[in-house]
Amino acid sequence: MNIRESLIAILVLGICVFWALADGAAAQQGIGSALRLMTPLLLACLAGLYSERAGVFDIGLEGKMLMAAFTAASVAYITGSAWLGLAAGIGGSLALSLIHGLASITFMGNQLISGVAINFLASGLTVLIGQNAFGLGGRTPALTGDGRFGPITLPGAEAVADVPLLGPIYSGLISGQTILVYVAFAMVPITWWVLYRTRFGLRLRAVGENPASVDTAGISVTRLRYTAVAIAGILCGIAGAYLATGLSAGFVKEMTAGRGFIALAALIFAKWRPWQALFATFLFGLLEAIANLYPNLDLGIVVVPSMFMNALPYILTVIILAGFVGRAIPPRAGGEPYVKER
Amino acid sequence: MSLMKSLLAGAALTGLTAGAALADPALIYDLGGKFDKSFNEAAYTGAARWVEETGGTYRELEMQSEAQREQALRRLAESGSNPIVMTGFAFGDVLTQVAGDYPDTKFAIIDMVVEAPNVQSVVFTEEQGSYLAGIMAGMASDSGTVGFIGGMDIPLIHKFECGFAQGFKSVQPEGSVLINYTGTTPAAWNDPVRGGELTRAQISQGADVIYAAAGGTGIGILQTAADEGILSIGVDSNQNALHPGQVLTSMVKRVDNAVYEAFVAGADLEPGIRVMDLAAEGVDVAVDESNADLVTAEMQAAVDEAKAGIASGEVAVHDYMTDNTCPAS
Repeated sequence: MNIRESLIAILVLGICVFWALADGAAAQQGIGSALRLMTPLLLACLAGLYSERAGVFDIGLEGKMLMAAFTAASVAYITGSAWLGLAAGIGGSLALSLIHGLASITFMGNQLISGVAINFLASGLTVLIGQNAFGLGGRTPALTGDGRFGPITLPGAEAVADVPLLGPIYSGLISGQTILVYVAFAMVPITWWVLYRTRFGLRLRAVGENPASVDTAGISVTRLRYTAVAIAGILCGIAGAYLATGLSAGFVKEMTAGRGFIALAALIFAKWRPWQALFATFLFGLLEAIANLYPNLDLGIVVVPSMFMNALPYILTVIILAGFVGRAIPPRAGGEPYVKER
Repeated sequence: MSLMKSLLAGAALTGLTAGAALADPALIYDLGGKFDKSFNEAAYTGAARWVEETGGTYRELEMQSEAQREQALRRLAESGSNPIVMTGFAFGDVLTQVAGDYPDTKFAIIDMVVEAPNVQSVVFTEEQGSYLAGIMAGMASDSGTVGFIGGMDIPLIHKFECGFAQGFKSVQPEGSVLINYTGTTPAAWNDPVRGGELTRAQISQGADVIYAAAGGTGIGILQTAADEGILSIGVDSNQNALHPGQVLTSMVKRVDNAVYEAFVAGADLEPGIRVMDLAAEGVDVAVDESNADLVTAEMQAAVDEAKAGIASGEVAVHDYMTDNTCPAS
């Protein structure tokens, strides 16, 4: 990792340190908020990473998350168990992943169109089923008690709460999150290890760059791509379940509110790499948290309105895409179905 | 031959149903959706009451996207529905274009003024209801800081904000009101996650009563406020029962009354501007068994006094939409 590669990480940590020095209490709340807001982004971003690294573009992240949020909230409400909800969320998202795989791998359809279709399908199906099941206009009833993932206090969090520096960071930020946040963060090193240190990862990356060579080596391109798309489905499922049963208490129609697309932006921003994905989504979460805390951020010279902060992820992505700050080169075989014989 | 027969029969049947539907009223819900536990649901409640009392039928449509508005209006007007009631300011531009093409059909638009000889524009004095909510927030707040979270950043929601701030300042002149808006696109009406985070941000800045005027986003705001143990104020429909004992009150907008009365009037709906204010029971703060323990006798007295003051003109609540400024912020 050279300096250019870790530019985002330096930027993000710089903002955090600056904020903590300027206003410690606000920074603690804001960074905590950023951690919660970035978790669905991070999971969806990693989902896209697996899929796109294997050569299957996925703009259906939004739809899969939405479907997962709905199935998770519904099952969590009916059974009263957030864990069963999580399983249902993963199931709902996986079903859409399979459709995407079927359309774009088996039938060699256009991956972007399939993704758009999945977004529409999820948006309509969730409301339709929800209305029939609960009669609340697509909402699910509010979850209570075990139907939601509650915050977990890590061991020793109270003991170190008064220690300067370590206390606020460990007991204020790291402890007290829901388990899915820890899962999301653990996925980053796991993804890195899988992609760069295992045989499966090498093949996965190869199938996104040059599927013909993978095929020549006697490995099934179809199977590898299906595996990648399924992993993406599982990760989107966790993200959706976190939205509905961790962050809020139930499903509201269109509750993903464009997070799947911000995750895609983060994926481009991170240039399809796991560690950069962590910092890109952290940056986007941080921007949203800052916009939430300071509707009109006074930087001394200029006053930045929250609308600008909310637009910043997209602006930054355009800048990256335009090639001003290093180039974002997508996997070479991305978007193209693999045709074995003509 | 038999195919021809059934086709003819089908056509005749369609003609019959169209005839039967002639004087049926119609209701169009805005993007928030029919069961948003808020604005649109209030409209549905009014229509349901009309059905219960008259046994009539009505047609309804739910908007799924901006592009459907004109199509929906024209379809209903052409199929003979009368009157056609629509909820939401966003229909304003479309109705201005469409109303003239159907001079025999009566339209009623809620939350917007459209000047046409066959349109009734129903507007609510949200600033008065919000003023009452502000008084209650001011009396319930120990920290001297309360919060306002709006949905989409539009003048109509600023009207809520401004009335709320004026009411709060009338009780705690030195207190402060934190103001956030969820976004600038219609997605801001359906983002409970962001609503929850905004609530946490305001709590960290000291807010102990938060007024949510944000449609479906409000579900997340009320939930987080209840989780964090502070009070919240609902909007449009009575949301007190969502978290009994933790929702201070709800600023109810009697959209149901407006819809009900328009349906009752039928084709004789009176055009012009209809102002649903405190006196006409168009707006109010809801007190029921869910929040009875939160509303003290002094609070109720202060609210009643303010109501009397507003009715007599003694208390003037500024309407943000008249000049796009707010004296209280």
